[in-house]
Amino acid sequence: MTVQQSDLKLDGNAIAGLLREIFTMEMTTAEGTCAGCHKVHAVGQVEVYMNAPGVVVRCPACGNVQMRIVKGGGRYWLDLSGIRSLQFSAESG
Amino acid sequence: MSFISRGFRGKKRDTASSARVPPGQYVVTDFPVLSAGPTPRIALTEWTFVLEGEIDKPKSWTWEEFRQLPSEQVTKDIHCVTKWTKLDTVWTGVSLDTILDGVETAAEYAVQFSYGGYTTNLPLEDLMGGKAWVVYEFDGQPLHPEHGGPARMLVPHLYFWKSAKWVRGIRLVNEDQPGFWETNGYNNYGDPWREQRYWGD
Amino acid sequence: MRWQFGTVHELVRETPRVSSLVLDAADWSGHLAGQHVDVRLTADDGYQTERSYSIGSAPEAMRLEITVERLDDGEVSPYLVGEVRPGDKIEFRGPIGGYFVWKASDDRPLLLVAGGSGVVPLMAMIRHRAALRSMTPTRLLYSSRSEEDIIYRAELERLSALGDGLTVAHTLTRSRPPGWSGYTRRIDRAMLEEVAWPKVQNPIIFVCGPTPLVEGVARNLVDAGFDAASIKTERFGPTGG
Repeated sequence: MTVQQSDLKLDGNAIAGLLREIFTMEMTTAEGTCAGCHKVHAVGQVEVYMNAPGVVVRCPACGNVQMRIVKGGGRYWLDLSGIRSLQFSAESG
Repeated sequence: MSFISRGFRGKKRDTASSARVPPGQYVVTDFPVLSAGPTPRIALTEWTFVLEGEIDKPKSWTWEEFRQLPSEQVTKDIHCVTKWTKLDTVWTGVSLDTILDGVETAAEYAVQFSYGGYTTNLPLEDLMGGKAWVVYEFDGQPLHPEHGGPARMLVPHLYFWKSAKWVRGIRLVNEDQPGFWETNGYNNYGDPWREQRYWGD
Repeated sequence: MRWQFGTVHELVRETPRVSSLVLDAADWSGHLAGQHVDVRLTADDGYQTERSYSIGSAPEAMRLEITVERLDDGEVSPYLVGEVRPGDKIEFRGPIGGYFVWKASDDRPLLLVAGGSGVVPLMAMIRHRAALRSMTPTRLLYSSRSEEDIIYRAELERLSALGDGLTVAHTLTRSRPPGWSGYTRRIDRAMLEEVAWPKVQNPIIFVCGPTPLVEGVARNLVDAGFDAASIKTERFGPTGG
């Protein structure tokens, strides 16, 4: 199976507003360590798929799902299990 | 509330209520593409469909073998949890009743799994009795990869995230196994007529 | 970061498909070059949808300006470029973004690569640089379909003629006018190597536009030896138009 780059793919800049709602700070400069391959990327650099029932964030190096974000019915559901660690400045607000 | 953007109509959506449109949905005439990742491209020479899990003898079909199975054309309305409904969509494929024919199992649940890693779960009985198909044509044409081709599931009585694109197989399981969206907010069953979109609905 | 309202002060037709909306916003807190706003539209039946648009104006400008390309089958862009008139209220929030941002205090040579409407956040950077009379060596490589699609063309000519270290190179990918002296193909590695700074100068690089262009340019720059950590990318995509 070969995987094609999809034009629907964006990057973390596209969810900057959504992440700011959730974290109440600017998050695109946060650095995430992938739980799959352990590479580190700024959130602004990760692959984002938004044409979906929710947002899916994937590691640009290994393609693993790093985050899933669903917003609906007055709630958010956030799965960060694909990120081993997220580092961000205490002054990002 | 009540700010309205003067003159903004938005995408063509028909919200007129009708017995065919579940609550909270609107009818569209295009076919939106939704995706959680890169579009898998599977060569037909590599494609297989498997039936595995709580089953005496797992079954698998190559593309040629699968295309030999009795198939049918069906016309169904489909409902996406993102609120669009598309009426009278025409598909060609193999009924799950054909695929499950002769299978003996005590399993009560099933998991659909896809090339690319997507999964979605449902009770086994929701795949039986003329309610589900593995389809490979839409509107008489081979199913396009961005819509889930070579083959996808069609389970139109549930929200469309329960119809896995790029389906690779079905696993029969004794215990329910919530899938990709069910583990992160979306309803475990997903009946559009009871508007079961999220957890707790 | 709350939703707020701006009133359309003026519409500027930049090209046949692109217009800028200049907004008066009482609660605007200011922004950094490269940031964007989220715009939210509400129809009279309550239906809502949101889109992100880059801010084209410099942080120093008097008014906030967003620049929108009308996509033929879009849902929102034909409304913003076509229906909206001065005096209309637009609901938005921002500024948003911290990764794709340039401040004039960064004095490394600056390389900007744009595809189509991807030039908008880079123009905010260029305008910010001009407002502060910065002499930071800056090069813009800008890909457009045809001459009439070049956004901000006159202003880019004027700024690059000032002799303060800004140069602009254009490439046209679909059609060129007679006498055109710029590039006439998609951005490739050879073009980047001709336009970019030598890598020893350690430029900071911003690339913005459609996903395939951004990824191709980033890959070519890395292959040409530029430090991946110095390359910042922002992909524009079809989230509905």
